[in-house]
Amino acid sequence: MRIREVGEHAFLVEVDDAGSALALAAWARTTGVEATDVVPGAGTVLFDGVAADLAERLAGWPGPSEAAPGGLVELPVTWDGEDLDWVARRWGTDPDGAVDRLCGIELVSAFCGFAPGFAYLTGLPAELAVPRLETPRAQVPAGSVALADAWCGVYPSASPGGWRLLGRTDAPLWDVDREEPALLAPGTRVRFARG
Amino acid sequence: MSTGELRVLRAGVLTTVQDLGRPGLAHLGVPRSGALDAPAAALANRLVGNRPDAAVLEVTLGGLEVVTSVGRWVAVTGAPAPLHVGGTARGLARATWLAPGERLRLGAPPAGVRSYLAVGGGVAAPPVLGSRSTDVLAGVGPPPVRDGAVLPLGAPSGPPAALDTPRPPVPGPLRLLPGPRADWFAADALERLRDTSYVVLPASNRVGLRLDGPPLPRVRHEELPSEGMVLGAVQVPPDGRPVVFLADHPPTGGYPVVGVVAREDLWQCAQLRPGDRVRFAISPAG
Repeated sequence: MRIREVGEHAFLVEVDDAGSALALAAWARTTGVEATDVVPGAGTVLFDGVAADLAERLAGWPGPSEAAPGGLVELPVTWDGEDLDWVARRWGTDPDGAVDRLCGIELVSAFCGFAPGFAYLTGLPAELAVPRLETPRAQVPAGSVALADAWCGVYPSASPGGWRLLGRTDAPLWDVDREEPALLAPGTRVRFARG
Repeated sequence: MSTGELRVLRAGVLTTVQDLGRPGLAHLGVPRSGALDAPAAALANRLVGNRPDAAVLEVTLGGLEVVTSVGRWVAVTGAPAPLHVGGTARGLARATWLAPGERLRLGAPPAGVRSYLAVGGGVAAPPVLGSRSTDVLAGVGPPPVRDGAVLPLGAPSGPPAALDTPRPPVPGPLRLLPGPRADWFAADALERLRDTSYVVLPASNRVGLRLDGPPLPRVRHEELPSEGMVLGAVQVPPDGRPVVFLADHPPTGGYPVVGVVAREDLWQCAQLRPGDRVRFAISPAG
């Protein structure tokens, strides 16, 4: 664990991977580490608006193995994305095979970013990683299920985007009137299904 | 006291409702938002006797015209937009009585970008995730104020302040604390930052202050895995031109941050115009 200063009010803690970042962020929240924002990233946790004794507090972190599993969300998906054929070929299978492969993996929301409720889902094996589009699409429809590198994501609202589109879901990913506005808040486990 | 409403006859280029924003939701991808020139907004609220969390109007380059259905104290701070109430010129940064039906008009400020109009009781647009701030990046909060909008007002919470409120801060170079990714740049990157007079680009907005100048060369060229971003972070995209993250910045980002502008200096970023020049001072110096 390495702690980097970020301005006067924040620290960026580097850990081994997204899973460790998620575990550290979850631990910090449950043990009441004082911070306005605790933001897990792909290999870091940002503590923003913190007390000066953060390093001492973090020394008590038992490590990533202590992460309690989050709730499971099953997302029914219509698998008709524009890039499904392309991804299937890259995976050495056909569209049906690609969907089976993806539906067989339990993913975990590692962190949110890009847009409210947009979760970076981890769990895809490295050999299934795909490059982003060289030129992002100007408009990706809300609910699009997509891949980039070894991340999987679901667009909560229509936006420009450079991820490879596999399908779409009607699940309400973002609702400001819900107590937990993000359906896929960090720590949530996710399974895709045929919808 | 009865609540009333504020009717917007003309909204100008961009007028938004702003309060202290919605920090604490960055892990869900929600920007903090809030008034860009926070000390100016806070002063406007104090002047009319509002609580610090009351919502004000952030007016970009003037052009606002409003009337109220009830008499209220009002105050305008920030960019010095000429203020007229009922056709009479009035001073800035002081409480002024706005009678029911009387027209308040803000002209174009000769300097600066964002003026703040506080109204006694605050603008009571429905809060979203605990804040009334309009976030232009993610679209959280009330939409930008349009011509013809009718905004509810809250009940006044106190009398207007005396005139001797704290002095507005004085402009100067933006103090920059190096890191967290200063090591991704050439060893002389901080000196280059300090020695360059950057030009503010027209693409600057509530998300970030975009600067033009000699590109800052990187020594590490791999992709930075997405990490949390703070207010005031100076992010350097592949073109090497720094962007200072302001209130509506994305909560995570994939470009390295060379340093962070001190919180006390961020108000200046709200008031710099395209074409203005700005410098950084490395803090602590040396």
